[in-house]
Amino acid sequence: MKYETDLPVMLPLERHQSEPFLGLKSKHILTVALIAIIGPCVAFAQAPSGQESPLAVLVNWAPLLLKGFIFNLIISISAMAFGTAIGAILGLGQISLIAATRHSSWFVTQFFRNAPWLVLLFFAMFLLPFEINILGFKIPFPDWLKAILGLSLPVMANVSEIVRGAVRSLPSGQWEAAESLAYTRMQTLWLIILPQCVKRMLPPWMNLYSILTMATVLASIVGVSEVMTLTGQALASEGGRPELLAPFYGFVLLLFFIYCYPIARFTVWLEKKYAVIN
Amino acid sequence: MEMVYEWFRTLYQETGINLPFLYDEYDRNRMIDGLFTTVKLSLVCLFFSIIIGVIGAWLQGSSFKWTRRFVSGYIQLFRNTPPLVQLYFFYFAIGTLLPRVENDWGGQSPIFGSFAWAAISLSFFAGAFNVEIFRSGIEAVPKSTVEAAEALGFSKLQIYRDITLPLAFRVVLPALNNNLVNLVKTTTLAYAIAVPEMLYEANQIWSDNVNVTEMMVFLLLAYFVLVGILVSGMNRWERAMKIPGYG
Repeated sequence: MKYETDLPVMLPLERHQSEPFLGLKSKHILTVALIAIIGPCVAFAQAPSGQESPLAVLVNWAPLLLKGFIFNLIISISAMAFGTAIGAILGLGQISLIAATRHSSWFVTQFFRNAPWLVLLFFAMFLLPFEINILGFKIPFPDWLKAILGLSLPVMANVSEIVRGAVRSLPSGQWEAAESLAYTRMQTLWLIILPQCVKRMLPPWMNLYSILTMATVLASIVGVSEVMTLTGQALASEGGRPELLAPFYGFVLLLFFIYCYPIARFTVWLEKKYAVIN
Repeated sequence: MEMVYEWFRTLYQETGINLPFLYDEYDRNRMIDGLFTTVKLSLVCLFFSIIIGVIGAWLQGSSFKWTRRFVSGYIQLFRNTPPLVQLYFFYFAIGTLLPRVENDWGGQSPIFGSFAWAAISLSFFAGAFNVEIFRSGIEAVPKSTVEAAEALGFSKLQIYRDITLPLAFRVVLPALNNNLVNLVKTTTLAYAIAVPEMLYEANQIWSDNVNVTEMMVFLLLAYFVLVGILVSGMNRWERAMKIPGYG
């Protein structure tokens, strides 16, 4: 949105597009990442004789940590799918014409949006049963499933807000035009409003996914064996050598950076592409 | 007060709803300490993250290419990695590299405790978002205002401090508000490095009393109220600082 004026007025606030990280492409990032891991390893290479160097130890453990990281991604994708499905319904509830539905959806959304993710995760972890009995069938509820449910609660609330915001952001002329063409409310919503909203919802939705991916490490606090837990265990089994701490935690940081940074760039690109030009 | 405490004790005996932090003095003190630690951690992080945001946004407007690159590198690094891993990295990796100091009992203790590391790491995390928020506000200030200040002989620092920043601050308050709410919610992460904040103390209490459900519901409500107070305060401030005719 650009207003052309020579007058010294305060300009409309534009969401700042973050600059690319030193203007790097993904192949550069990979190199930087490798240097960043190897760097500390070399710096702490004065390990006592008879012990492996930190780099060798890290290489030994890397496959396990990568497996843990993939588990993180699985958690994030399932929580996102689950949260989006329920959140979309909740968001539509927020724009319902029935006052009771509208108010209750609003309350649920605000409640889960304002609670810290970690507290919600604890909530799901401790308050869900470890198995449920349905008609004599015992369905087990493993830790990771509870983690997915716990993480999808805040996702649900945020998706609900995204849906509501996108619908609200459409000019009311769209509704009025549909009404004058004798569309029912249901038809207006499905055929006219929501298809236009998808574009607007995509960037914030991707942002949310990136935040969720970064929140999956919280599951380590409640004992799901994902990358952070495995890192802790790997460090413990190496005898808690202090020179290993920086490379190992640095490695986890980089895993997330390599995964989340392209998503962030892609989101910025989408925002630019879908920007509404007035 | 005693009557209220007694009422909750009776409530537990009659219905089984156990809220020990309301009738037991020891648990009450733990919970109050936890609440104060959360508030203190939030305030410290709010303060430093805003400072980081202001300084970072100023550096981003610098004419040196490498200063700008350094700041954008900082932003991207802290925005795209999990805050919990950052916290662990600061506390375990950097914390063990720093020299140790002698404590009162003649033993060795790290320079920064867990509270300090939580404050440092969370401030840097929220600060990365604040830099971008402030920057977008600074860009909203028209060039001619800055030119007018230059013509009046203001120095670069004075222009930023006295003219650009006050105007930008009013514009970015809603976005800042959002980020600060997120920051308050993120302070729960300090639980992971044993900072005795509210979640940690609640955990201690439910471990002693086996009343997970009650403590959980209380925690959710407590954070709901904490965030609510912050949001209403910021909204009031936003209204008071509103630029007439803008937005």
